[in-house]
Amino acid sequence: MNDDPILSARGLTLFFGVIPALIDVDMDLWPGEILAIVGESGSGKTTLLNVLSGLLRPQSGIVSYRDPEGGTHDVHAMAAPLLRTLQRSGWGFVHQDPKRSLRMNVSAGGNVGERLMAQGARHYGDIRARALDWLTQVEIDADRIDDLPRTFSGGMLQRLQIARTLVTHPRLVFMDEPTGGLDVSVQARLLDLIRSLVARLGVAVVLVTHDIAVARLLGHRIAVMQRGHVVETGLTDQVLDDPRHPYTQLLVSSVLQA
Amino acid sequence: MNFPLLRTEGLTKSFTLHLRGGLRLPVLDGVDLSVEAGQCVVLSGPSGVGKSTLLRSLYGNYRADTGRILVRHLGRTVDIASADPRAILAVRHHTMGYVSQFLRVVPRVPALDIVAEALIGRGPSPDEARETAAALLLSLNIPRRMHAIPPATFSGGEQQRVNLARGFIAGHPILLLDEPTASLDADNRAVVVRMIQEAKARGTAIVAICHDLDVRDQIADRLFPVAPIREAA
Repeated sequence: MNDDPILSARGLTLFFGVIPALIDVDMDLWPGEILAIVGESGSGKTTLLNVLSGLLRPQSGIVSYRDPEGGTHDVHAMAAPLLRTLQRSGWGFVHQDPKRSLRMNVSAGGNVGERLMAQGARHYGDIRARALDWLTQVEIDADRIDDLPRTFSGGMLQRLQIARTLVTHPRLVFMDEPTGGLDVSVQARLLDLIRSLVARLGVAVVLVTHDIAVARLLGHRIAVMQRGHVVETGLTDQVLDDPRHPYTQLLVSSVLQA
Repeated sequence: MNFPLLRTEGLTKSFTLHLRGGLRLPVLDGVDLSVEAGQCVVLSGPSGVGKSTLLRSLYGNYRADTGRILVRHLGRTVDIASADPRAILAVRHHTMGYVSQFLRVVPRVPALDIVAEALIGRGPSPDEARETAAALLLSLNIPRRMHAIPPATFSGGEQQRVNLARGFIAGHPILLLDEPTASLDADNRAVVVRMIQEAKARGTAIVAICHDLDVRDQIADRLFPVAPIREAA
């Protein structure tokens, strides 16, 4: 059994000036698990994601990553080239704005293939075949493989970003509002796609979202943040159906019923 | 086979409403329930007395204040009241199924896949899982032409039957049923009664909420009265 977390954080604290972004945050993530981090804007969700993924250094606390061989690494003490390699292949990032990780002047197929090449793949035919396979998996028509991303809609760009991220079969993916800014119909399709791909590949995911419904649909566990604190954490349906902290109760009771 | 698969000891549950000035609503107080293999226990009592709260607590959906919820899980005993989230998910995967009163699903997923998904990861291949799901849906009178449609547009009764198919397909040793026949016609009620009886014959322990007296009489081995809490002065 996977009894060791793939990612663990202890005592993460970070202030921006006098503003607390993270205060003594602990977190564990196990292989194959989706942890949803919810809270309003400015609660520290994205800061936490950036600290966990090594993009931002905390003032105190530690983030440890466990590699497939069982060795543990202090993410913020890792040699820079090693961390970059990890961020390029063993880990993945899905940003709210796909333009942050896509290259807009490279074809759709090239965007997907590039991650494989960064991992060492060299055979053009293989790379194109795998890129095509992934475009199909995220429901992008095969005949769009040579088109530039700027001809794609917002929903397609987001699916292309997901293909680009998952093609290297990362063990750990960081997602920041992956369905934010999309039409509701496009969002439903993307959520189902993320859910089934993640389950099939057994990826561990840290998912930041302000949308409680997205957290409920995707998250095995949930952490609720308010002003830099994790105020409540647990099984997703437990925290959302039987919230204990005043802030979680406010959050849950403020959701609009469709 | 007369050992309990599910047992509670002194289960207590209240809600504290922070948005209502910290108002505390006690619901369950010292509930001792025991359900054996092959037995169906129906929770009884008027609306609002806490039957659903008890059922949801058993599933780990609501968090108990005090007491224990002991479940036989893969040859061990797990206390749902104190287990960590991953242990509860494992119990739900292997041991304890729950059929809610209303279907809640991912938009866009066809009825067949919603049901088949509950079998994936338990041995059957995706194709076998779909075949089993199709057979179960057909036996619940959901015709094949509806299998490929997401159930959002189905009637209440149809949605409930998809929900039941999803809950029964995996053959969990423990099943929790919240009003399984509430929105069904007589024919479909009879199908569900038969499914429950077959599950009992296989040794499934069942806890149900069921207001339909006719159905209740056909499935219940025993009634478990959920008593109202006397408000403290």
